[in-house]
Amino acid sequence: MSLEVQQLTKKYKKQKALDGISFLAAPGQVLGFLGPNGAGKSTTMKIASGFLLPDEGDVRINGLSVLAQPREVSRILGYLPEHNPLYLDMYVREFLEFVANLYRLKGKAARMRVERMVDQCGLGEEQHKKIGALSKGYRQRVGLARALVHDPRVVILDEPTTGLDPNQLLEIRKLIRELGKDKTMVLSTHILQEVEAICDKVVIIHKGRIVAEDLLSRLKSAKGLTSLYLETAQALDMDWFSHFDSIHKIHDLGSGQLEFQTFDVDKARNDILRVVQEKGLSLLSIRQRENNLESIFQQLTLS
Amino acid sequence: MWRLFVKEINTFFDQLSGYLLLLAFLTALGLVVWVFPETSVLEYGFADLEALFVYTPFVFVFLVPAITMRMIAEERKSGTWELLVTSPLSNSQIILAKYAAALALIVLALLPTLIYYYSVYQLGDPVGNLDSAGFFGSFIGLILIGAVFAAIGLFSSSLSDNQITAFVIGVFLGFLFYFGLSAIASLQRNQAALFLEELSLSYHYNSMGRGVIDSSNLVYFVSLIGTLLVLTGIKIKRA
Repeated sequence: MSLEVQQLTKKYKKQKALDGISFLAAPGQVLGFLGPNGAGKSTTMKIASGFLLPDEGDVRINGLSVLAQPREVSRILGYLPEHNPLYLDMYVREFLEFVANLYRLKGKAARMRVERMVDQCGLGEEQHKKIGALSKGYRQRVGLARALVHDPRVVILDEPTTGLDPNQLLEIRKLIRELGKDKTMVLSTHILQEVEAICDKVVIIHKGRIVAEDLLSRLKSAKGLTSLYLETAQALDMDWFSHFDSIHKIHDLGSGQLEFQTFDVDKARNDILRVVQEKGLSLLSIRQRENNLESIFQQLTLS
Repeated sequence: MWRLFVKEINTFFDQLSGYLLLLAFLTALGLVVWVFPETSVLEYGFADLEALFVYTPFVFVFLVPAITMRMIAEERKSGTWELLVTSPLSNSQIILAKYAAALALIVLALLPTLIYYYSVYQLGDPVGNLDSAGFFGSFIGLILIGAVFAAIGLFSSSLSDNQITAFVIGVFLGFLFYFGLSAIASLQRNQAALFLEELSLSYHYNSMGRGVIDSSNLVYFVSLIGTLLVLTGIKIKRA
């Protein structure tokens, strides 16, 4: 089942929160929805879940329109909002059964699903506690269990790991990976390691517009201006290298170090080494650094 | 929907404040009917429960908004509203479940007053010397008044994220509909005043107290409740 966002536009007062964004999460894909705070991530998620109405555009989940068929959509969609809504006065089990009932699961079927979610989310020891008495990490697990209790095929998670400590973070991430194995998932975050750890595809949003949409692997290589670092014992002159086509940009890092940005690493490396030989420089090191998601993210969203 | 109804009732009794509220309500009515000398049945000497029906609406004006104030406001504030709205329940189902829960709690609060009916029935001389038709007319009237206040309270709860604000608005609107309209109407003696008078809750309530349940009264109550619930629905529509 797929999730397709089509030309969404949403205004708050006069400010455009979303400006005609579109993207597609193919069946079985885990899509990372990235962007700085305030870029429009949560707004997109809220519209996709049917909680907010867009000014223009639509979201189709397995072909069903969120605008026209919100009830049908809600049954195949699991949604965990950013603030993780829970009834703190309820017991974990009671809460999950309540939600299962809301999703038309009855009696034994509901209990079995809840049993399974309690099991999968590691809530076994906590299931008879009040939700209000749980730590943030466990509350997040309850939230995940709640979002998945009706076994949705498509799952939307809005910043599921904010405010967790590093151990909880890893646990929740692992849990998301396990639970999402056979589901289509859209996961918003501004933590880049999370995307590298979990996602197949990345959409980067900035100021309500999509600035990148690609598979994680392709995004990293294609956008990649690769950086080469050259270090020699002698002082270097940038002019020695400036005539090469293979080199896109040169930065002088001082004390005999230069940074070259290039689209063609092999050719650039050969060109650089030739100069080193011709000038009789003593080479200390030449290193290559691939553009990581962080630098791509910064390139696209710093403006 | 049934499950949401049950949840609302449970939420009410989850907190001590729920029990305290009912206790305060019944204590107030008990004092009015049996203890306070101006209104006490025992002092009055006639087998008549008019005091109960005159004073209960006053108490209802406060009790009912206290029951309903959290129903939407609190869910919105804590974000659980998002959970309900994105579930397969439609907005009207959410409203109806919550409204039904409020109504059930009101009926539950009123049930113990049937003991008063039994007591006064037994105290009459001869036994049973009590206007039963009047009593049950008024009793149904009370439930209808409570039903209107519940709709007012639910609507107020949809106006704000803050329970206290919702409570205050609920009390204000309740007063306006019950006492305010007829008070304004009594300032004048013309066609408009008559119209206002007929719009007020007390007018229809009092006419039910005579033991006659007129269809016009029922139409009034039902359409008022319907309007308020529709307004609530408009207020909570997706934006």
